[in-house]
Amino acid sequence: MSDALIRLDGVGVRFAGQDVLQDVRLAVKPGEIVTLIGPNGAGKTTLVRAVLGLLQPDSGSVWRKPRLRIGYMPQKLQVDPTLPLSVLRFLRLVPKVDRARALAALGEVGAQAVIDSPLQRISGGELQRVLLARALLRAPELLVLDEPVQGVDVAGQAELYRLIGRLRERHGCGVLMVSHDLHLVMSATDQVVCLNRHVCCSGHPEQVSGDPAFLELFGGDARSLAVYHHHHDHAHDLHGGVVLRPAHVHGPGCTHGPGALAPGAPRDRTD
Amino acid sequence: MADFLFNALLAGLALALVAGPLGSFVVWRRMAYFGDTLSHAALLGVALGLMLDVSPTLAVTVGCLLLAVLLVTLQQRQPLASDTLLGILAHSTLSLGLVALSFMPDVRIDLMGYLFGDLLAVSRTDLAWILGGSALVLALLVPLWRPLLAITVHEELARVEGLPVAAIRLALMMLVAVVIAVAMKIVGVLLITSLLIIPAAAAQRHARTPEQMAGGASLLGLLAVCAGLALSWYKDTPAGPSIVVAAAALFLLSFALPRRA
Repeated sequence: MSDALIRLDGVGVRFAGQDVLQDVRLAVKPGEIVTLIGPNGAGKTTLVRAVLGLLQPDSGSVWRKPRLRIGYMPQKLQVDPTLPLSVLRFLRLVPKVDRARALAALGEVGAQAVIDSPLQRISGGELQRVLLARALLRAPELLVLDEPVQGVDVAGQAELYRLIGRLRERHGCGVLMVSHDLHLVMSATDQVVCLNRHVCCSGHPEQVSGDPAFLELFGGDARSLAVYHHHHDHAHDLHGGVVLRPAHVHGPGCTHGPGALAPGAPRDRTD
Repeated sequence: MADFLFNALLAGLALALVAGPLGSFVVWRRMAYFGDTLSHAALLGVALGLMLDVSPTLAVTVGCLLLAVLLVTLQQRQPLASDTLLGILAHSTLSLGLVALSFMPDVRIDLMGYLFGDLLAVSRTDLAWILGGSALVLALLVPLWRPLLAITVHEELARVEGLPVAAIRLALMMLVAVVIAVAMKIVGVLLITSLLIIPAAAAQRHARTPEQMAGGASLLGLLAVCAGLALSWYKDTPAGPSIVVAAAALFLLSFALPRRA
């Protein structure tokens, strides 16, 4: 796996004595889209911060390709209202960016119209696109997107996911993306990692399910979206610990439990 | 023009010029209380300077720099909120300075001058310190401008993009520390932050870019210094507070002007 852009092995993070992440294994290759899904408090953002090098894991290792260029799209951007900053100036905070380059990047994400607007006055959907444009200006090898569709209406979400798919095609970059939504992930996602403090399961998303409401909502667009089904082979207690069911069946891509061959199976909890 | 008035004007204008861009960052990053803490601590620097027999300006500069480093360290190491910590440090260093000064009965100092400024008593040496300090801060701000804006917008994004965020943040605090040491002679430790934030806040309403706000703040600061000194000259009011009153009046005036779309 020397072709990976980033590889995490046995990563564990503790905050104030509480396990937030345990034994996480993850790799992203060039041109691959990996989507992290999971409930609130599952450690998705913590995992992203470890990938970005913003926090040092307490155990395990994070390997990055040397001089890896990462384009990062943060979950939210709160700029003090007293700071007069246009979208163009925001993009020009990346070195060596002129108006033409900024306009080209905004064009890629379909947001040229807001180039001279104050950053604090554009809509949530426009801001997400502007943040994506800023990530693209770094000519990234890896795009890290923390909840890229946050604050965007449902139709806009589908459009943004398609856009991310197109950007991957055009730039050939790897994409690591966090989604809050268990149901709505792109069919273009190559790998889905279901996280709940540990990797519950990971693998290719299944093809679109026949949810009528879902098909009705997106019509022709539904083909580019998939409902990802996975069967939990275990339950979680209130603390997120794994409670194995007595006779459980492992889902595809499951990497833990008796008979699992893959490394990365959760170690016994030591606390 | 009288020599002392010329010195005062030059010192005030130099400070106003550098307070514009730096004060803008104080406003954007909500560091007003931080500036206040550093300036309260300046009096302790004065006391230490007298004790060790070094120039008060130098002692205050070094003292403020040390306190800035201490603050950054404490913020990372313990759970108290920043404003609590700043409140503790601001008032305990100010009191410590006053107590330390009372232990030196043979030293005659003008306490009011340190607290509220003594602009009309700026000597040639003081002026050299003020001009040198202001020039240094302006020169350092030029290369730091874009990195400072980047960390003000989003620190983690800046860090992922390869900026040394902790070093840049420390550099900003140190620039504020130098300005406070320089400004002490002009408006005194209790009024310094007002010169940083009032012109910036007044310029904010009518600025479209960060540079317009910084430049506008410098301009309003220059006006406030001229108006305050004139008031002090003709009506015999204290110079430092007069400058702050003029700045506050400009701030109020900024609301009267129609906002640009």
